[in-house]
Amino acid sequence: MTDALIRTHDLTRDYQMGAEVVRALRGVDLQIHRNEYVAVMGPSGSGKSTLMNLVGCLDTPTSGQYWLNGVEVSQMSDDELARVRNREIGFVFQTFNLLPRATALHNVELPLIYAGVRAKERRERAEEALASVGLADRMDHRPSELSGGQRQRVAIARALVTRPSIILADEPTGNLDSTTSEEIMKVLAELHRHHRQTIVMVTHEHDIAAHAERIVTLHDGMISSDTRRAAA
Amino acid sequence: MPIVEAVRLALGMIRAQKLKSFFSLVGAFIGVTFLIGVISIVNGMDRYMREDFAGRLFGVNTFTLRYRPFNTTGDVTDDQWRAWLRRRRLTEADYHAVERALGPDMLVGVESWNTVEVIVGAKRSRSIEARGVSESYFRIRNYEIGAGRTFTPQEVSHGANVVVIGSEVAEKFFEDTDPLGRTIRVAGFPYRVVGVAKPQGRLFGISLDKFVIAPYTSQIKKAVNPHQIVDGIIVKGPTLPAMQEAMSQVEAVMRTRRHLRPVQDNNFHFETQDDVLDFWTKFSRILYTALPLLVGISLVVGGIVIMNIMLMAVSERTREIGIRKSLGARRRDILSQFLVEAATLSTTGALLGIVTGILLAKLVDVATPLPASISLSSILLGIALGIGVGVVAGVYPASRAAKLDPIAALRHE
Ligand SMILES: Nc1ncnc2c1ncn2[C@@H]1O[C@H](COP(=O)(O)OP(=O)(O)O)[C@@H](O)[C@H]1O
Ligand SMILES: [Mg+2]
Repeated sequence: MTDALIRTHDLTRDYQMGAEVVRALRGVDLQIHRNEYVAVMGPSGSGKSTLMNLVGCLDTPTSGQYWLNGVEVSQMSDDELARVRNREIGFVFQTFNLLPRATALHNVELPLIYAGVRAKERRERAEEALASVGLADRMDHRPSELSGGQRQRVAIARALVTRPSIILADEPTGNLDSTTSEEIMKVLAELHRHHRQTIVMVTHEHDIAAHAERIVTLHDGMISSDTRRAAA
Repeated sequence: MPIVEAVRLALGMIRAQKLKSFFSLVGAFIGVTFLIGVISIVNGMDRYMREDFAGRLFGVNTFTLRYRPFNTTGDVTDDQWRAWLRRRRLTEADYHAVERALGPDMLVGVESWNTVEVIVGAKRSRSIEARGVSESYFRIRNYEIGAGRTFTPQEVSHGANVVVIGSEVAEKFFEDTDPLGRTIRVAGFPYRVVGVAKPQGRLFGISLDKFVIAPYTSQIKKAVNPHQIVDGIIVKGPTLPAMQEAMSQVEAVMRTRRHLRPVQDNNFHFETQDDVLDFWTKFSRILYTALPLLVGISLVVGGIVIMNIMLMAVSERTREIGIRKSLGARRRDILSQFLVEAATLSTTGALLGIVTGILLAKLVDVATPLPASISLSSILLGIALGIGVGVVAGVYPASRAAKLDPIAALRHE
């Protein structure tokens, strides 16, 4: 087995809630390899989002270590984390998190602005990413002029436009009906199959999780099962 | 984030939130309008006072001996005034004594004036200033002759009835015809026109070309002053030190003529261009003291408004900040985004203020006799203040935005 893309060791995350300490993660050891498609499942409050935020470098662990591409990120400064988020990570959120006043195109260009890509190339790459999720004809629409499924596709285009090491999707279909959910799943599956994109996706739903090759289940901040399915 | 991108974003925000932006522009706008408007007007006045007013009316390196100050700034007591009026007036003899005492490189002249009636044919005017002067007067006061000539020393010594008229007098009485050689009645005396002066223009809306100038020895002496009395003895030197030297010589001559003992003050007055400039200097100093105060208050108020608007913007756009951070925006990217936004607001206000200030100055220039001159440095200062106010006002909100925790920001509703 090659070096893991993501490796965590005894990762914990506590939240201070007044006098109480909420132990959202209590020692997670996880390895994810390049080109894997992993679903993270578990009941509400089991720590799925907390884990995604740590893996996505939006948050730092209370204790434990985390290596991304062999580099330890648990000790990084704010600016270094920002850089990693920009270059290595593509996020897809349940609530899309698009800038409401910006067009689809501008939303997709955003991470490239922070990467320092020049305007012309930025535009080309953003157009390309939008076309790859089937939104070539919606580039100048604002989020409010798009359906839920279309918005999530814009978010996926934004996540992949920087060609990140990994796409992290936290309940990407949580706000969508089942038909639209299937559409989004197809987009992700295609990214995985044709572009060998590494994907980690949080979901409650078994039929959504069924698109992944591996299912990691969390319970009370710990991994309770980690099962792999033969490639379809 | 590149600055161009940040400015474009900021302009987008201004367009999207017109009302709020309007309020945040007002402070910088008013401050800079004041700045440009007042500086332009005061500058224009200043140049006008020094170059046109003082220079034209008094001449450089020139002083005029008078029996009392003629240009007073208003703060004269009644006692002082009465004392002045009791003084002995200057005489033609004083003039000759001064002329004899000074060296050949000093120009010495004499002047007396009064408002008199002028008649040419059927036309008459009661408001023409008649001056009786020596032939040196034209050179001392820098009068240029447009047509004809000034009068000769012989004409002055003979008291010839010849006259040089101002351009407005020429227009009024002679219209399109040539005034040279024509007869004009000044205070009832017939004079022959020998010259027409070039137009002097206007000063505070008052024409400087409504005059007739004749030898002080000619008949108008009866109309302008009591017998032998003159209003001023004018001395012009080649340089300022020469003029000052001449002034002390004249002082000595006059003290002797009037038998003043060393303990007694001069009972005559030296008028220089400083007399008028003095008043103006005092006045402009007040303006220049009040100006920074006015501008400062507007800018501080403007800055506070911008700071509050930016704080509001930061809390309204917390989620946007979270999104940007999740996509890789560093602290300094967020910081500069909000700083640029604040600076763009205030600079837009400042630019509008510059335009309005210039328009205001132009309006004053056109609609009133006051001149206005817009200086590049005040425009640059306006822009710098605009940017500065925005940056200062933006620092606190922007650093709050930059420090936001990305996850908390993303969760923000
Ligand atoms: N910012 C926070 N402050 C306090 N407690 C938190 C915070 N975020 C998450 N938690 C708590 O941590 C636990 C795990 O939350 P989360 O990772 O969001 O679970 P999941 O995504 O699996 O539903 C929950 O008990 C939640 O209440
Ligand atoms: Mg969650």
